[in-house]
Amino acid sequence: MNEKKRGPLAHIVKRPVISKQQAYAVRALSIVLAIIVCAIVTFLLTGDDPISVFKTIWEGSFGSERRFWVLMQNISILLIISLAMGPAFRMRFWNIGGEGQVMIGVLATASCMIMLGDKLPAPILIIVEIGAAIVAGAIWAAIPAFFKSNWNTNETLFTLMMNYVATQLVAYFIIIWESPRGSGKIGIINQKTMAGWLPQIGQYKYLLTVIVAIVLTVVLYIYMNYSKHGYELAVVGESERTARYIGIKVGRVFIRTMLLSGAICGLAGALMVAGTDHTMTTTLAGGRGFTAVMVAWMAQFNPVGMIFTSFLLAFLQKGAGEVATQFGLNQSFSDILSSIIIFFLIGCEFFIQYRIVFRKEAK
Amino acid sequence: MDNRVPAVSMRGITKTFGPVVANHDVSIDIQRGEILSLLGENGSGKTTLMNMLSGIYFPDSGQIMVDGNEVSIRSPKDALDLGIGMIHQHFKLVDVMTATENIVLGLKEDKYDLKAASKRVKEICDRYGFDMNPDQKIYDMTVSQKQTVEIVKVLYRKADILILDEPTAVLTPQETEKLFDVLRNMRKDNKAVVIITHKLNEVLEISDRVDILRAGEFIGSLKTSETGVQEMTDMMVGHAVELNIDRPEPKNVEPRLEISGLTVRSEEGILKLDNVSFTANSGEILGIAGISNSGQKELLEAIAGLQPVESGDIFYLSEDGQKTSLIGKDPLDIQRLGVSLSFVPEDRLGMGLVGNMDLTDNMMLRSFRKGRGLFVDRGKPKGVATDVVNKLEVVTPNLATPVRRLSGGNVQKVLVGREIALAPSVLLTAYAVRGLDINSSYAIYDLMNQQKEKGVAVIYVGEDLDVLLELADRILILCGGKVSGIVDGRKTDKYEVGLMMTSLGGGEAR
Amino acid sequence: MFDIVSFIPRAVAQATPLLLGSTGETLTEKSGNLNLGIPGIMYVGAISGVIGAFFYEQKVGSVENANAFLAIGIPLICCLIGSALMGLLYCFLTVTLRANQNVTGLAMTTFGVGFGNFFGGSLIKLTGSDVPSIALSITHKFYAAKLPFAKSMGVFGKLILNYGFLVYVAIIIALAASYFLNRTRQGLQLRAVGENPATADAAGINVGRYKYWATIIGSMIAGLGGLYYVMDYASGVWSNDAFGDRGWLAIALVIFTIWRPNVSILASLLFGGLYILYLYIPTGTNMAIKEIYKMAPFVVTIIVLIIISMRKKRENQPPAHLGLPYFREER
Repeated sequence: MNEKKRGPLAHIVKRPVISKQQAYAVRALSIVLAIIVCAIVTFLLTGDDPISVFKTIWEGSFGSERRFWVLMQNISILLIISLAMGPAFRMRFWNIGGEGQVMIGVLATASCMIMLGDKLPAPILIIVEIGAAIVAGAIWAAIPAFFKSNWNTNETLFTLMMNYVATQLVAYFIIIWESPRGSGKIGIINQKTMAGWLPQIGQYKYLLTVIVAIVLTVVLYIYMNYSKHGYELAVVGESERTARYIGIKVGRVFIRTMLLSGAICGLAGALMVAGTDHTMTTTLAGGRGFTAVMVAWMAQFNPVGMIFTSFLLAFLQKGAGEVATQFGLNQSFSDILSSIIIFFLIGCEFFIQYRIVFRKEAK
Repeated sequence: MDNRVPAVSMRGITKTFGPVVANHDVSIDIQRGEILSLLGENGSGKTTLMNMLSGIYFPDSGQIMVDGNEVSIRSPKDALDLGIGMIHQHFKLVDVMTATENIVLGLKEDKYDLKAASKRVKEICDRYGFDMNPDQKIYDMTVSQKQTVEIVKVLYRKADILILDEPTAVLTPQETEKLFDVLRNMRKDNKAVVIITHKLNEVLEISDRVDILRAGEFIGSLKTSETGVQEMTDMMVGHAVELNIDRPEPKNVEPRLEISGLTVRSEEGILKLDNVSFTANSGEILGIAGISNSGQKELLEAIAGLQPVESGDIFYLSEDGQKTSLIGKDPLDIQRLGVSLSFVPEDRLGMGLVGNMDLTDNMMLRSFRKGRGLFVDRGKPKGVATDVVNKLEVVTPNLATPVRRLSGGNVQKVLVGREIALAPSVLLTAYAVRGLDINSSYAIYDLMNQQKEKGVAVIYVGEDLDVLLELADRILILCGGKVSGIVDGRKTDKYEVGLMMTSLGGGEAR
Repeated sequence: MFDIVSFIPRAVAQATPLLLGSTGETLTEKSGNLNLGIPGIMYVGAISGVIGAFFYEQKVGSVENANAFLAIGIPLICCLIGSALMGLLYCFLTVTLRANQNVTGLAMTTFGVGFGNFFGGSLIKLTGSDVPSIALSITHKFYAAKLPFAKSMGVFGKLILNYGFLVYVAIIIALAASYFLNRTRQGLQLRAVGENPATADAAGINVGRYKYWATIIGSMIAGLGGLYYVMDYASGVWSNDAFGDRGWLAIALVIFTIWRPNVSILASLLFGGLYILYLYIPTGTNMAIKEIYKMAPFVVTIIVLIIISMRKKRENQPPAHLGLPYFREER
């Protein structure tokens, strides 16, 4: 009876304590590992030495003033959508419908510009189109939340499906409004009158988006960390039972937070249509609604952290795109590199939360 | 003792969890064709002992013999191979599957034939008199039917030594009768049956023999035909222990909470509180005693606005004599009515606090809505946190430490400290000292007394009778969701309260 | 008049990738894994098959030299290996490392689509063709091979018999998956894992192993959907992004069929039919209507999702533990 129960060779236990510094160290290490893997992959595919490849990546992002501004624009849009994801995720509401919420904002803006372009004076039109985009995005996002809070409808699947409904709506209206007829495209909206176009700040086409992104980051940071709402949704995310114990109406918080998420996504849509692209295509969001989920997750829903993660992904996207051009590869190269980094970053959370304990030798 | 070879003998079993000794040198025998009751208070080590038979835990020392042969039971599978099956309090069933599907889950028979399995299940049911449809889905079943599935699951695996962990806790009296009939059939079938319980009347009704545990130690084995309620209660609760807890005389006693005819059902429709009426007074500690799951949780949650009430009234009487009904109000409504009601729930980190938040943020859980404006004010909660840490001597690196990193006693001090900081007029506490060391426990008792002297109506749900007897001014005893009596804490004794706790329906065992 | 004889075969061609994708995803979801990487996996399945086919074609040069067994087998095996590796990656991250399933799935889709387009693009470069696509005419012939007498058997032959073998494989797999889930011990245990892993664990079922197998096999089945799309439907022509949003449509189909692969056989036909319906309904100059038809599958899926959550019928709910990690606490 002296033999002890032998456990498995190794088992996994939850880490009781890990300091923030340690957690960041683990994440940093995983990024380094990911970059090494990326370097190997790049080397295998291009045959060039990794250093010159990274130089190319740098060039691709910062090589010229134009490239710098395009990068800033990409980061900003991605950041804005990621910021929108943050509050819902903080309360463990899995909204993966950012793409659709952006697209519905795109649609609302474009429809205002097209239908009201010659009816309203410019400043009013701008207010109307942005307002419409925000309201459209908010409603679009609140629909799944409404069903979740009343009937516990699975929000992941619901928001996912809403993406394609929105995209198809956009596709439908593109054909309705196509110009020239039969082209299947909308072209530049109000090209001559520039009605509804957001004003350009000085000579910088993209500066406005950047400023909006910065402002929103600050606002969201304050909202999440210092407002009563932000506090409420943190409690809901940690424990619905605690939330009820202190009298928080969970369903109402779901809807309210999704209204906010959707509104920000809608605004992102408006910025793209009225601010920079001045057209509407089905690929305008370009998967950024999904990328934003990863950006927000990797930053652990911290708005300031999202600046870094959205920079990382947008930078890689641009840089790897440049590598692809230089080495005659294809643009999708950047998707591969960024997903490698994401895989490492989401995998490393395990090592922050758990610890592997190897069996001690029997006494 | 008789000379049959016992189905199971446990000899000198000791099991510790860290510093806690759950079982110390326990030896018991289980015989075939006999129903054995394992009797003891909460925390007396009954379930731990049986978990070692069913392969959940492995003893630190001691021997287990099955049919006279020494065995080593390392997993539930080992136990089943030896014919030992245990029915736990928490059922492990897949809701969307049928009884039969659940029963065959995890089995490795040669052929997968649900129809044949269903037939076998039916046979088992007929043989022992179970009332169960093998093709019914679990979600359609009553708790008692689910329990039946668990028992049949064990029988299907050919167990002939059955252990039931407090099987009647979830059953109505009628269902209990049915279960007992089934158990008697099993005894006739020469199976060995063990029921873990703390209800004396059940022991007398069903079992042939009763083994009594107290504080992890084996106290004695009695033939039920030769014993009575008094002897068993004595052995179970032991002699009163002197704790020297202060009990100041109540001052300015006036009714604060008036509860009448309160009836609550669980989501599954089980009666949890049955026509409960009492008054809680200011300047007084009202202790609530009862075996676990007698409705304590539902009572407190109903008062706090967390539990839907089927019928009855809960009135709050303010100092100026205003009477407000709390029925149908949620915690926020109650707060907005100006009723200062504090509640220290049983589940500290799952309900009372947020484990991942720091002390300051936890302090404002109840008060963050205060003040106008969109933003939370962390200044005051920080002050409260500092106060609580200083006054209650909470051991923490700093205020920014997530509370889940604190020790159990410190977590509880944070929770109680916050609730007290609300300056309540009613303070509800559930198992406030569970899992705490002696010093922390005394700190909590002192806090209760301080609140009482401030004129708060304190309701203290406890499980340790010795504490209740020394701390509470009055003790309300719950039994099966009913009030079996309200006694004066200064005049009663352990025996009287123990008896009221274990009597069904109240009063009848007096 | 509505030309059903030409409509059905085209709908079937649209339906088959969806059917394979949804069967694979259903199997995966039954284990509690919500694999949103399915669209990416279908891309990987397709491109892996294309790569295999490409090199095989390079080697044999012409149809006369090709061996039917190899021409089908090589792309098939490549496809299965590629998609299985994707399933393995998903499981490693979500089951072993307990990463969030949604985030992992989305990253897998980014990766898979990128992987497909990248290697697709590279192969296009290798062939040096003027059009941005690769045509695998030799292997395509084998994949699209039909029963020689099918066309001569009238409407029945045209509607039922006149398809490449993968169509029948898809139907057989869907039926087999249904049978597996509802009629076998492993199917029962798999469902238990997705519903209540703690109970399954207590019953002695290896939860992790079931999740791994279900997800990997599910990925392989979904990967076949990608393979069918290029090798048969698209006549062996790979062009980047051509596969489109079919992967998401497959996930919608899982919900629409309420997690039933056998229902998916017909439901995929409905979804596939909606995709091409506009070609058969006179809309005059209004081309926009086709986008509404394409939206319809997603709208009806949402409606189904809402109805099942409102009716609360227990059999029709998503697997109870869908999307959640399972971690047995140490005792």
